[in-house]
Amino acid sequence: MSVIAIVLPLAILLAMGFLYAFVRAVRSGQYDDLDSPALRAIQDDPVRHAGPRTARPIRHTPAPTQD
Amino acid sequence: MTTLSRQHDAHLDTAHAHVACDHCRKPVPAGLVEPGAQAQFCCAGCRTAFGIINSCGLSDYYALLESSGDTAATVARAAAFAEFDDPTFSALYVRALPNNLAEIELVVANVHCGACLWLLERLPSVVPGVLSARLQIRSGLITVTFDPAATQLSRVAAAMAALGYPPHPAKDRSVRDQRAREDREQLIRIAIAGACSGNVMMLAFALYGGHFDGIEPAFFTAFRILSAVLGLICIFWPGWPFFHSAIASIRAKSPNIDVPICIALLAGAVAGLVNTILDRGELYFDSLTMLVLLLLFGRLVGRKQQRWATDAVELLYSITPFSAHRVADDGSVRDIPADALAVGDLIEVRSGESVPVDGTIEAGSTRLDLSILSGESRPVPAGLGEQALAGAVNLGQTIRVRAAATGRDTRAGRLMAMVGEAAARRAPIIRFTDSIASIFIIVVIALAALTFALWVGINPAAATDNAIAMLIVTCPCALGIAAPVALGLTIGRAARDGVLIKGADVLERLADPGTIVLDKTGTLTLGKPRIADVVGDRAALPYAAAVEAGVNHPLALAFAQHADPALACNDALLTLGKGASGSVNGSRVLAGSRAFLADHAVHIPDSLASAFSAFTNRGQTPVGIAIEGHLVAVAAVGDAIREDAPNAIDALRRSGWSVQILSGDDPTIVRRVGQTLGIPESQCIGGVSPEGKLAHIQALASKGSVVMVGDGVNDAAALAAAHVGVAVHGGAEASLAAADVFIAKPGLSPLVELVATGPRALRSVRTILAVSVVYNVIAGALCLLGTINPIVAAAIMPLNSLSVLTVAVRSRAWRGISCR
Repeated sequence: MSVIAIVLPLAILLAMGFLYAFVRAVRSGQYDDLDSPALRAIQDDPVRHAGPRTARPIRHTPAPTQD
Repeated sequence: MTTLSRQHDAHLDTAHAHVACDHCRKPVPAGLVEPGAQAQFCCAGCRTAFGIINSCGLSDYYALLESSGDTAATVARAAAFAEFDDPTFSALYVRALPNNLAEIELVVANVHCGACLWLLERLPSVVPGVLSARLQIRSGLITVTFDPAATQLSRVAAAMAALGYPPHPAKDRSVRDQRAREDREQLIRIAIAGACSGNVMMLAFALYGGHFDGIEPAFFTAFRILSAVLGLICIFWPGWPFFHSAIASIRAKSPNIDVPICIALLAGAVAGLVNTILDRGELYFDSLTMLVLLLLFGRLVGRKQQRWATDAVELLYSITPFSAHRVADDGSVRDIPADALAVGDLIEVRSGESVPVDGTIEAGSTRLDLSILSGESRPVPAGLGEQALAGAVNLGQTIRVRAAATGRDTRAGRLMAMVGEAAARRAPIIRFTDSIASIFIIVVIALAALTFALWVGINPAAATDNAIAMLIVTCPCALGIAAPVALGLTIGRAARDGVLIKGADVLERLADPGTIVLDKTGTLTLGKPRIADVVGDRAALPYAAAVEAGVNHPLALAFAQHADPALACNDALLTLGKGASGSVNGSRVLAGSRAFLADHAVHIPDSLASAFSAFTNRGQTPVGIAIEGHLVAVAAVGDAIREDAPNAIDALRRSGWSVQILSGDDPTIVRRVGQTLGIPESQCIGGVSPEGKLAHIQALASKGSVVMVGDGVNDAAALAAAHVGVAVHGGAEASLAAADVFIAKPGLSPLVELVATGPRALRSVRTILAVSVVYNVIAGALCLLGTINPIVAAAIMPLNSLSVLTVAVRSRAWRGISCR
């Protein structure tokens, strides 16, 4: 039965891990707008001329958080 | 290419020159003309764009395009963005970012679909120097990051306008940021509550299993301590807002629905903690944490829906005009934000613009439309040395105004200040759910006391446990969860139909019919001079329109929509106060008053003579149209009543509301409008000042429920004082700020649906209450019998919440405007 002594804290730890990930996602603004990203996902990437992919001008910069 | 074939091509081109592309209006190349097709396109790109625009429901785009004139409009708009480069503008709206970048939030109207999003977010490839553009499709708010050294804001704005989305700077950024922060906090609370309740549930299952099959004492204690820790975290961290709101409502001596909820949470937490320490008795942490989670979730749904409506209204403020043309000492004219104007500035106001300041006219003379300030529907002449008030619309020529008061010091600004005072003094209406709350508190505490008293005699050890079980299971969680969801969803559905309701309490205030007070100009009527009626030959209207187009006169505007481009008049002559004359297609046309026609010896047939006095009696201006010395038609120019107004007023009456008209316009005109709509003369009040409107509404509000519907600055204070203030389509900024509801669609039909929604929404809240009372009666009886245990509670409480949530989601209080 002592396996519970390991599994239980592990379960709680796992929950805390997910909680931390979610809180980070919320704080970075990922949940501020739930409509536009859905539309963004179905758009094609702009057709690029020859060149490295790193030159993409449009990149998602998360809103700066001062808090 | 040979000369011959070139000629052939040219011939074909001219032959099809009249075939214009349905998207861009340029001629369609001969080879691409599809005979018999519904729409013609000059290229595949236009065909695609046409398809996209139509499938987005944006076909109005083409109508607008036709009325504005494509390229000319783009150029004019591009020139109008000069104020974006003014230093005062940057100070007000632009936020500096690290790396010498800057960010601005702009509002664009008419974003509807993924194509708009795609187009606007391609801004960096359209304007060099723009680094990113992120659009929130629901609100039309676009955040543009740019390099001020590489581009100017006016170029960004002009590029957006060229794409078809003229931008406006978004006001009140700090308020929006604050709200976004609150939303994030709320989500985080839900996450914490979810993590806690999930784990408590896991432990509870183990304990329930142990309850039936036996459990090792060490695990029993450990599981209970762990669930107590998680439960207490959940109740007092994510659940803190409920305690906060309950404490505030008790301080205000009007207990709300959070008070009984908090009693349950607190009783459960304390009893659970005590039982954990004593290592005996029941724990309720699984039910309580689930309750906190569901409550938070219900509030989030309700709040989100309401937020969309409020945000939409606030972003609409941003679209109101905000720039002014300031004339510098050297005579040059510069565009600056209206917020940066100062007393003593000389400001140019062009035709069709609204005056940004109170001041005296120093150059030019014109006619001003004061309807938004005073409700007066007829334009007022204003000349040199006369006063111009902020908010008045210049209908005539360009004038220059020397500012005597700006911003809050203007008459419009002072009326805005009254809005705040009127809102603060608004007669309170106790919210239905809150009035239930105090009953709940009494019943719950009485029942708990009864249980305790009953069990002290039978089994003193079980008395406390049973009393606490009673406190917990009879908690009105269903109302706390389902009522905000039901009301929130109703608000969300209404917002999708263009009726923006600012708060759930608005629906509750609409529950019982009372008096509905309507403004006239712009609400019941269109607010613009139009040809309301014609007696005689309608074919004469384009002739009159041609003559009127040549003169600058407010009445001439009414004829504009009847203009025929084939008819033109080059020798139009205006006789002030009487009429206009000129020759069209070789025939002499006169348009004017009866006296004007008589002066020109026009024969007036008896059949038309009576029309003049009939129109005058209706409060309209008759304009006789004579061709070659014969009167052929009489047009009534007036502020036409909205088409759906008679039906809407009938519907309002049928649902038990008494209808009044309250207007700043001339009492005779108000009475005529009332007569047309079947409103008794005693209920039509004209010539009322904004202060008078406020007093009238306050007097009515002390007697019963009052809904005020208006659109102007003159209505704003009255809107705030009424139980429910409704601002209608095309209203002034002030009325938007003051109103509880904004109807973003023209016409009065949405108002009828709004008024019908209130009782329906309240009915669904009552259904929710009934369902939850049934559950509480069953649970309460079980408690009294002492047969309740945490397992039964754990089953009953979520079932209760789920069934009322189903009722809430399925209730259709808002049924849509089109269904009538």
